[in-house]
Amino acid sequence: MNRYDLTIHQAHQLLKNREVSSIELTKAVLEHIAQVEKKVHAFVTVTEDEALRQAAQADERIKSDDLTPLTGVHALIKDNMCTRGIATTCSSRMLENFIPPYDATVVEKLRYAGMVMVGKGNMDEFAMGSSNEHSAFFITANPWDLARVPGGSSGGPAVGVATSEAIYALGSDTGGSIRQPAGFCNVVGLKPTYGRVSRYGLVAFASSLDQIGPITRDVTDSALVMNVIAGYDPKDSTSVNYPVPDYMKSLIPDLNGLKLGVPKEYFVEGMQDGVRQAMRTAIATLEELGATVDWEVSLPHTKYALAAYYIIAPSEAMANLARYDGVKYGFSYEGKNMWDAMEKTRGYGFGPEVKRRIILGTYALSAGYYDAYYLKAQKVRTLIRREFEEAFERYDALITPTSPTVPFKIGERVDDPLQMYLSDVCTLPINIAGIPGLSVPAGFCDGLPVGMQILGKPFSEEVLFRIGYAYEQATGWGERRPQLEKGVK
Amino acid sequence: MKLSREEVVHIATLCRLGLSEEELERFQEQLSNILENFDILQQVDTSDVPPTAYPIPLENVVREDEVAPSSPQSDILANAPRQEEGYFRVRAVLE
Repeated sequence: MNRYDLTIHQAHQLLKNREVSSIELTKAVLEHIAQVEKKVHAFVTVTEDEALRQAAQADERIKSDDLTPLTGVHALIKDNMCTRGIATTCSSRMLENFIPPYDATVVEKLRYAGMVMVGKGNMDEFAMGSSNEHSAFFITANPWDLARVPGGSSGGPAVGVATSEAIYALGSDTGGSIRQPAGFCNVVGLKPTYGRVSRYGLVAFASSLDQIGPITRDVTDSALVMNVIAGYDPKDSTSVNYPVPDYMKSLIPDLNGLKLGVPKEYFVEGMQDGVRQAMRTAIATLEELGATVDWEVSLPHTKYALAAYYIIAPSEAMANLARYDGVKYGFSYEGKNMWDAMEKTRGYGFGPEVKRRIILGTYALSAGYYDAYYLKAQKVRTLIRREFEEAFERYDALITPTSPTVPFKIGERVDDPLQMYLSDVCTLPINIAGIPGLSVPAGFCDGLPVGMQILGKPFSEEVLFRIGYAYEQATGWGERRPQLEKGVK
Repeated sequence: MKLSREEVVHIATLCRLGLSEEELERFQEQLSNILENFDILQQVDTSDVPPTAYPIPLENVVREDEVAPSSPQSDILANAPRQEEGYFRVRAVLE
């Protein structure tokens, strides 16, 4: 086994038993990053100095037996979470030179637990996109086929974990941005319940939908990261003061007594046959593990989720991005006068997808259209949320594909916004409802990964972990790694 | 819903987004397309359905007004494109 090819729990054992030091691990990982980055471009910034400094500190803690499961273990942080003294760009020209004066709460918690941060992960600009093609800097490639997209918007973090450039990563998910790239890269991605993890220091996209969560090699690692980042934060008024369990206790390798539902609306038109096939096999495995499965669940409002989402998210984004005016921080253009400077600052600072969404949101909120679009979408949001609530009275969890297709080719959808939006059709209803969703590796179709999405009622992450863990133990799909060194397509 | 060129120009002004000729044209077509797809929402009966702004029920979150350290002024101004005597420098609003 390579020195960097580890899960959190494997690295922790090695560190705890003093079989390797965090400095040794860090040097091995940094060398590996230098090699792999030439092919995949998952990092906006590699934080080498920071990593070596934190590794030295971690080794001190390990010497005095003051270690947590994350002490000395390498993390990649999506570049929309503030890191004190380290550029946080959102993969945008607008924030290319922005150095945050403070840490996001999740970053602070991970530092306290002994994180070694190796870098900041590439993403679609301001987290708006499903392929990483909307990064203003460069496109991250899918390690399973370099001609294909890694998914988005947390494409860099997902690729970093898939290629062992980092042992775990933090992503953010507004409509599927953790789960869809996790599914596309054969890793585990969790979008927690809205309010479970603090958003303080996360650059805001759509505040009623955004949530931070872990991207990891396996479900155990996801539970380990959640044990650290979950919880109430007085700095985020939408974080919920609800007890945080020990998520490790939910890792039980059977599903006896669990009732699962399969909503038929998620097996949509245009879904790839290989994905459908992989899902049937996966769900049959869940039955073998002891769960009772109802294959005929119906959530009829699912078909309205895409339209509701693409009204609500741009409307919130338009308000959140109003702050980029070239005055307080970020890109600033010298114009003829105040208005000219502001319009050019925003015109040059934002890329095409961000502009598209700002305009869409402004339109949906403008006089005369507010009732027809924004208010209507918020009412439909209520119906979608209620539909899930009713389903969870009958089922412990719902099972769907994470995405209707395997990773698509770079360039295939970038000029057709609606096609791009459709790649999130299975993930965005979950943000609308605010419920948790976990994507786990569920097999392959033509050599490309397929993700299975597990959904539960608010604050039921333990149930999702149990199902994901039992499935992972029974199948081992996530143990397959992309072969970058040889046979790269 | 077909968007006119004038509407796109008007919206871009509302959100202070400078757009090139080429962008105006492209967005007019793409946004018209997207908005057409949103018409599907008009099929849903939402009479008597209250709107959801946040997925979790929260209201009036308050905290004690306690004194705590805040970021030093120099930290906050470090990212400012223009500053003067400890302030953000803005352009003249009235000319």
